[in-house]
Amino acid sequence: MADPTTAVRAAGGPRTFAWNPALVIGLVMLGVIAIVAVAAPLAMGGQATGIGGTPNLGSTPEHPLGTDTLGRDMLARTLVATQSTVLMAAIATGLSAAAGIAFGVAVWLAPRRIREIGLRAIEFAVSYPTMLVAIIVAAILGQGVVQVVIAIAVANIAGFARLTANLAAKIASSEYVSTARLMGVPAHRIALRHVLPNMAEPTLILIAGAFSGALVEISGLSFIGLGAQTPAFDWGTLLNDGLSKIAVNPVVILGPAVALTFTSLAALLVGDGLAAAANPRSNTTRARLERIEGEPAVQDADAVLVADGITVRHGVTGRTLVDDVSFSIRRGEVLGIVGESGSGKSVTASVVGRLLGEGLSASARRLQLGGTDLLGRVPERTLAEKMAFVYQDPGTALNPALILGIQLSDVLRIRLRHSRRGAFGILLAGFRAVKLTDPEGRLRQYPHQLSGGMKQRAMIASAMSVKPELLIADEPTTALDVTVQREVLTLLKRLNEESGTAVLFISHDLGVVRALCDRVLVMKDGRIVERIDDVRSLSQETVTHPYTKQLLAATPVVSVPVAADQDEVTA
Amino acid sequence: MSASMVRVEGLDVRYGSAHVLRDVSFELAAGRTVGVVGESGSGKSTLAKVLVGTAPIASGSVEVDGVDVASADRAALRTYRRRIQMIPQDPFSSLSPRRTIGQTLAEAVDPVRARVAEHEERIGGWLERVGLQADMLHRYPHEFSGGQRQRIAIARGLIIDPHFVIADEITSALDVSVQAQILELLAEIKASLGLTMMFISHNLAVVQRVSDEVIVLFQGEVVESGPVERIYADPQHWYTRRLLEADPGSAGFSLAG
Repeated sequence: MADPTTAVRAAGGPRTFAWNPALVIGLVMLGVIAIVAVAAPLAMGGQATGIGGTPNLGSTPEHPLGTDTLGRDMLARTLVATQSTVLMAAIATGLSAAAGIAFGVAVWLAPRRIREIGLRAIEFAVSYPTMLVAIIVAAILGQGVVQVVIAIAVANIAGFARLTANLAAKIASSEYVSTARLMGVPAHRIALRHVLPNMAEPTLILIAGAFSGALVEISGLSFIGLGAQTPAFDWGTLLNDGLSKIAVNPVVILGPAVALTFTSLAALLVGDGLAAAANPRSNTTRARLERIEGEPAVQDADAVLVADGITVRHGVTGRTLVDDVSFSIRRGEVLGIVGESGSGKSVTASVVGRLLGEGLSASARRLQLGGTDLLGRVPERTLAEKMAFVYQDPGTALNPALILGIQLSDVLRIRLRHSRRGAFGILLAGFRAVKLTDPEGRLRQYPHQLSGGMKQRAMIASAMSVKPELLIADEPTTALDVTVQREVLTLLKRLNEESGTAVLFISHDLGVVRALCDRVLVMKDGRIVERIDDVRSLSQETVTHPYTKQLLAATPVVSVPVAADQDEVTA
Repeated sequence: MSASMVRVEGLDVRYGSAHVLRDVSFELAAGRTVGVVGESGSGKSTLAKVLVGTAPIASGSVEVDGVDVASADRAALRTYRRRIQMIPQDPFSSLSPRRTIGQTLAEAVDPVRARVAEHEERIGGWLERVGLQADMLHRYPHEFSGGQRQRIAIARGLIIDPHFVIADEITSALDVSVQAQILELLAEIKASLGLTMMFISHNLAVVQRVSDEVIVLFQGEVVESGPVERIYADPQHWYTRRLLEADPGSAGFSLAG
């Protein structure tokens, strides 16, 4: 069976490559540099090294960038120096990347004790400025091209090691690596098969940036006299030579300066372009929500929410995700939407909540919450007052670095302009209403100090703190254990009954929906296939659509064997 | 078939000051499936880690497939792990995104060389066995749905004919309809291969579908264990009853009170 969500979930996997202007321009610039690096020494080698011309010329038609103290043409020298400079930077970058990546990956595949030492060593090494390390190493090794390349390579290892160690940390803790370890795959094969391929994109970006850095660093070392020695020359030595004449003949430093900037820029553009291409959000369009005219399908004067003819398409592929879905919810009502992943139930909820994902375009004939037309321009404050959300995973919905009081009172403080003290007071009352233990203390706690069920209670307290007309709960108990799930569902039901807030409840589990909701919509492939108004008597006999029957049959049921005492089970 | 595949006695596991498993004892005969239920933090996954030899054993004895896991050295553990398999929970993170599923399965067969061509027939056979097509082996994980990925993970776990399989919450990331298909597949494979399996889940209704026996874990202790029929018909411990009541699939499920 095809599952449309795979397209979304596959963000970490191989995708079609997203070309972008920065990348194209950067690559073209690099191409020009490569041609110059190869061709210039062949074509202009004599011009660049032959002495005997007029020294210290300014810009003339014959020598647009002037000549140096020995009368050599600066344009030719700059172009010829491209080869040595770029080659040195490339070799230095390659060496440091190879060593740094090997170290960063090895650290994560090593036993725990060695890993801790390795990670501390990396942290220690990155605390020294790259240039300082390069100068020290170069000073120890002495002057010369090879020495400078080694110095720059050594100085950049720590940066590569740190980044790859960070990337490898995430991959090394993934289930596919732990499974491979259990199967007995040797560590170096895990590195080659699993770790390296899965961090290729960020590593390429880092290499582009490091090349740009190495170029400047090498020129810097040559500039202070540690690098290329006469008669060899690179952009750094050209700059150094020109510096002494800068007051009388400034044009001579123009060549190497522009060349350095140009090459550095090319590498950075390629790096940025790769980063943009690697970002799955880079080539999506903004979400759009527009009104279409048509005969209304929903007539409900008492409804809190009227959603009429919601249709959602993917902006690029044009695939229809939600097809003409209409429903209404009344005050105090709990409406459930069930369906499997890819049925469009969450996308429908995101349209109602005006939280449509990027790259999607939605339309509706009517979308009205209370007196507010959600298809028009709605002030943030109105939205914040009328609607609230509870998400599936309380673990990822909360910011681990902020105390609960601050992040859960965001809407109250920022949108509804309550003072901090006032907002905390309202939240505290909410914490009491959801029966969190030690409500005052919770305000100052961080998310990790709460269990999953408590976090979801806190999220619900925050959502209800604005007294919304509509609460959208998208699979709020799917990540929870059955016992905690029941507590959270009971809480939702109680708050709904006490406050009269209408609830739009999204779930894949008919068992859960049956216990909580007043009415249920069954969605499949973006369409509503069945509307169930009498949830209490939901059974194979009362539902009509084959898909609903199938869903009902798939819902796990505890079968109590014969002779079971029902009273004992429910006691 | 009455030989015991797993024998755990007085198992204690501690992480620092946390007592994760206390005095856990049970026995599993070859060819049977035991379901392990309990809420998060009850020690279910730690028990699985103990059995594959990746969790420290504070005290007690653990014997699986004739190997004393607590005292086995690295070499013994390595060969031992080729005879047991763990099927992980999340089909979205258990398959490497940059490897074709053929490569993933080949790695299970031959961890060192992992050549697809050498094992193509066997890999294709297993793909068909789990309800996919043999020619899908050149595809990447992102081309499959969650349910299909879990089928691939099951094929990876079973392709080396393990003596003992641990399935850790393998359906909890799936929709109910996909979950039903996976459970059906497991039951079918179990019947045809005579698998010995530990099936870990927090969902009692799911456990009931595949297990012969059940262990109920609560705060690291086995509070109840026995044959499926007995536990579901006549739960003795209050925690088992609470789990049964809380399951949306149970007859008594309601949100009253």
